[in-house]
This record gives sequence, C-alpha cells and structure tokens, in this order.
Amino acid sequence: MAVDLRNFYEEAREEYYQVLTPDGKCRHDDHRIDKQVMMDMFKYMLTCRIFDEKALILQRQGRIGTYASFKGQEACQVGGVLPLRSTDWLFPTYRDHGAMYTHGQTWKQIFLYWMGHMDGSITPEDKKIIPPAVPIATQLLHAVGTAWADKLDGKDNVSLVYFGDGATSEGDFHEALNFAGVYQTPTVFLCQNNGYAISVPFEKQSASKTIAQRGKAYDIEGIRIDGNDIFAVYLTVKRAIEKARKGEGPTLIEAVTTRFGSHTTADDAKKYRDQQAIEKEWAKNEDPLARLRLYLKNNDLLTDSEEKQWTEEMRKEIDEQFKEAENYPRPTVQQMFEHVYKEKTWTIAKQEKEFLQHLGKGGRSS
Amino acid sequence: MTQEKKNILEAINETLDQLLAKDEDILLLGEDIGRNGGVFRATDGLFDKYGENRVIDTPLAESGIIGSSIGLALNGKKPIVEIQFLAFIYPGFEQLVSHAARMRYRTRGQFTVPMVIRTPYGAGIRGPELHSESVESFFAHTPGLKVVVPSNPRDAKGLLTAAANDPDPVLFLEDTKMYRAFKEEVPSELYETPIGKANIVKEGEDLTVIAWGGMVREAMKAVKKVEQENNCTCEIIDLRSIVPLDAETVIESVKKTGRAVIIHEAHQTAGFAGEIISLINEEALIYLRSPIKRIVGFDVPVPQFLSENDYLPTVDRMVEGMKETVHF
Repeated sequence: MAVDLRNFYEEAREEYYQVLTPDGKCRHDDHRIDKQVMMDMFKYMLTCRIFDEKALILQRQGRIGTYASFKGQEACQVGGVLPLRSTDWLFPTYRDHGAMYTHGQTWKQIFLYWMGHMDGSITPEDKKIIPPAVPIATQLLHAVGTAWADKLDGKDNVSLVYFGDGATSEGDFHEALNFAGVYQTPTVFLCQNNGYAISVPFEKQSASKTIAQRGKAYDIEGIRIDGNDIFAVYLTVKRAIEKARKGEGPTLIEAVTTRFGSHTTADDAKKYRDQQAIEKEWAKNEDPLARLRLYLKNNDLLTDSEEKQWTEEMRKEIDEQFKEAENYPRPTVQQMFEHVYKEKTWTIAKQEKEFLQHLGKGGRSS
Repeated sequence: MTQEKKNILEAINETLDQLLAKDEDILLLGEDIGRNGGVFRATDGLFDKYGENRVIDTPLAESGIIGSSIGLALNGKKPIVEIQFLAFIYPGFEQLVSHAARMRYRTRGQFTVPMVIRTPYGAGIRGPELHSESVESFFAHTPGLKVVVPSNPRDAKGLLTAAANDPDPVLFLEDTKMYRAFKEEVPSELYETPIGKANIVKEGEDLTVIAWGGMVREAMKAVKKVEQENNCTCEIIDLRSIVPLDAETVIESVKKTGRAVIIHEAHQTAGFAGEIISLINEEALIYLRSPIKRIVGFDVPVPQFLSENDYLPTVDRMVEGMKETVHF
C-alpha cells in the first residue's frame, strides 16, 4: 500500500506515506532529516521503550496503579512532538507519555501520575502541556480553542492534539474538525490509529476506509501515513505545523500503527484478538524502534556498543526517576481540598476543617 | 451614578456591550448571537459594534462551543458563551463537567478556564418542548462550577459583571419569563454584585421564603397575600447563586423566623431545595417551629406549554404552603 514520495501529499490522501521500510531501507526523503535529529529520535524512542517496560513491571509489583502501555507507538509520539516549539500547545491522551516526555515532561512526573498523585498532572512551567485527556476526543476541541486564541492574537503558535482511532467515532472529533475548518485554526490533529479501541477493531468502528478521508468532509487536508515509521511521522507533522504557523489552517494526520499490548494493565488483549500473531507480525514488520535501528546501522550511524551504553544510562536514569517518585510525599488531606475554585467555598472549607478534626481525634486517613 | 430603567434583557445587553468595550480578551460565542442578536436578542447590536471576531456565530454544536471555549480560556481569552436554551446544553455537559469544572483542580492551579456560560432557563413563555427546563441541580452537584441565577435587572448586570471577572467557570441562568417582565433602575456604569451573597428582598418575622431567579417575583406576590390574610410578616431571600450558597443569610433568617418555605421551578427529587433543607437541619433544627416546606416543580418532565402553568409552582400553591407552615 505504500506509495512513492513523489507528490505524496496528493497521493497519500487515500494511500499511505512511508519513508522507512520495515527492513530499515529508506524509500526517499531521508535527506530532509538532520542526522542529529535522527539520533535524537532513536534515543527518545529507546528511552520510551525502557520506561514502558519498567512501568509494566512496576504495575505488576503493585508499585504503580493501572497503566496504559504505549509500546509500538513510539514513532508517533516521539516523531510527532519533535517539530514543536516550547510556545506550542500539546494535548496528549492517557497513552501518550512518550509524547509528553519528549516535549519536556519528566519521567518522575509521569510515574507520579500513574501512582495516583494529584501532583502527577503538573507539567513543566516553560511548556504548554495539558495533562492527559481521559474522556475520548474531548481534548480535540480544547486544541481548537487554544489555536484559535493564538490566531486571534496574531501569534504563530500551533496546537498539536493526539487521539486514537476510537475517538473518531465521538461527536467531539467531528465538532472539532468542523470548528477548525470554519475558523481555520492552527491545529494539528494527530490520530494514532492503532487498530483497536480497547477491544473493538476499526472496521467495526466505522465504515470509513480511512480516518484521513474524514478531513475531506470538513475541507481539511487529511494525510495517511505509516505510524511505525518515525521519518514519515516527523516529516508529515513538521509540514503540518509549518503550514499552520503560516496561517494555512489545520491538518488531520492518520498515523497507522500498532498497539503492541493490551489497552491497559486492567485489560487482556488475548480475549479479543490473536495476540500471538500480532506480536509476531509486529516484531517482523512493525516495531518502530527496530526499524530506525536498522536504518541507522545500515548507514553506519549507530553501533551495538553505543546502544548498549545508552540503554544502561537510560535504565539508571529511569530507576532514579522512579526512586524520586516513590519518595515523593503522599498528598496531604489539605491538598485534596485545594484548587477546586480559586477561593474555597464555605462547604469545602467546612468539610476540610471537620475532616481534619476527625483525624485529630484519632480518625484515619487513607 | 446615573441610572436608567431597563428590563433584564436590556441590562444583560448593556453589560455585555460594556464588558466587550472594556476588555479585549472578552469574546462572545454562541448560536445565532451575531447578526441575529440571539434568539432573545440579548446580544443585539454587538456584532455590528465589535465584529465577527468578538461576537462569534458558531456552528450549531454545544460541545464544540463549550469545548473550544475551554481552549480559548486556557490561552488567555475570556469567553462568554450563550447556549440557546438550558435543555440544549447536554451535548456540552461533558465539556463543562469533565473539563471546565476540573481543569484548575487536576492541574493544581497551573491551568484555569475562567469563562461564563449564559443560558435561558425555565417555563412560562409557551415555548416548544425542551425549551423550558430548570435543571440547575445537575450543575450545582459538580465541584468546580458556580451557578448564578439573577432575579432582576439590577442583579443581572452586577452578577454578570462579577461572573465575567470570576477566575472560575460560571453557569449564568437567565429566566426566560423574567427577560421582559419588568423594568427597574439600573446603574449605567459597570459594577459587581458579589457571587455568593444572597439578597434579603424583604425582612419579616414569621416565615423565611427562599427562592431564586424567576420564582422570586412569584414568591413576592404570594407573600403579599399571605401577610394580608394571616397577620404575619415574611422574610424573602433571593439566593442569587446556588453555588456558592449563602448559608449564613439563610441560617440567620431561619433562626429568627423558625419557619421556612423553599420555592423552585426544578423537579422536586434531588432539587436544590433538598440541599437547603439539609443545611437548615444541620445548623438551625432546634429553632424550627414547623416542618420546612418545598413548593417546587413536579417529578414529571416539563410538559408541553398548555400544561406548563400546572407544572410551575403557582402563587396559589405557594400561598397554601406558606399558610400551612405559618399555622402548623
């Protein structure tokens, strides 16, 4: 299904834009990516993979809560945010820790989020990262609004929003594309089509052949790409961002990828799909990290010993970040009552006071 | 301060005009609010004055309006949204409850969404189906939202100004039958009526009558009759906002009178009267000389308009309930 790059932006609307093939060969266009950026891509993807594997183990040990793995989607998440500036807005979902990390969130904060800390939603002061959206597709409208405000103010920032294939069935997806089309907001809609909305495959989600084609209905450019190919993701998002900055409107990108594991640690994918076959196919053709590794090795940009050394350093760093998260103080009772409104209402103040009195008399906090 | 006689709609229109003139970040968004001036004409003339980037005719999509306004508010704008009727807000309910109300909390104050959602509510103008609901309880139940309900032109201006300046999202409910019901002197300049402070419309000794929005004037009519016929005086409290609720004013009044009647248009079950009764039980039970009565909408859907006056709490029902309470 892959098409050649020539005129890909035209052709890819119905097809599938791919730069890197599964065997690590480059079809075209790699000269458009700086070698240093390629190395950054690899390092970010590698650290994402290490984090994800660690998080799954920690969940099984009961040291973090329910966790949503993003293994298999590293190309979308790293490649999608690398073209962002710090003044741009990022709206991730609950599966986009890789995107958040690459754009500047710390692993420690991401651990805190999954460990049930209220403070885990706090994002870096110098970035505009909204904490993960938990309902489906609602955040697309927020990314229309932030982009709209920038446009009204004459600023050339863009808003990048992540969502999945399931989200495209929600009304908010359509309302967001429609608003973005009407007001020509500088919004980049990046759909990670990983084939499943928990258990329901895309062919049961919609009669649309592709998600990208939905752009047409709103007169928004829709592009379908290989989401396991970080070069394709990077180049396509970069172009959409540049287009938005120039005031040329929104873009809908459908990045076709694979959710390697279950929906979350509370789910078992074996119940609704042939997990073994998926894992086999994934290892052979779809693993985005393996694909970039092959390319870099084919081009003498990476050695085994380098990767080994980075892996060790990253493991150490992630362990360190987790240790900090584990040592992070438990939220206080007072914190639970803060930030509902700027000023506490009397009911909240009274409930807090009475609960603290109850605790003072020997009552128990959780 | 100069004053001019205005009805609620005129007061709201003037307030929006003055807010738009004063603060460039204020935007109005809604269905038919531009050239048409809104289906009740609340935004009449503002499109011509401020242009399509400040007074924005949106696509017909309530979730889209509220959701994109959340984004606008995140990025420094102050949206004042009009939802055409309260019963049309449901597609945007998730945006209000799961995002607008929670943004400050879940980001620990890092991101906030100061915005106002204005929407007409209530029965009594022979509207079609689903144009007449009073479902304020849905929103009062949601931590993070404020729910404001003016009952007169002067408060409408002061409360709307306060809502626009509020750091948190405010649902601003406008009773349709009060829009053009009466005029009163409204100060010409912008001023704030504090949100969370009830108004004692009239002092009295024997009964506390609590209402908000359009029911305040009906309660006043009922009280007049009751006082004439029963040799008693009633205190009328207009809550102005149900979240935050001015508990102090309610409790002090009930401690004085020992009796209370609560009036609202909304359905009885899980209606906000229940909350006020709980508050009185917690804080003033031993002062009570009779059971608290609620005179409220029935637990049936708001019916088609030929029956809407049967659904609404009538002055007669109010008089009967007040008498029973006074003579218990």
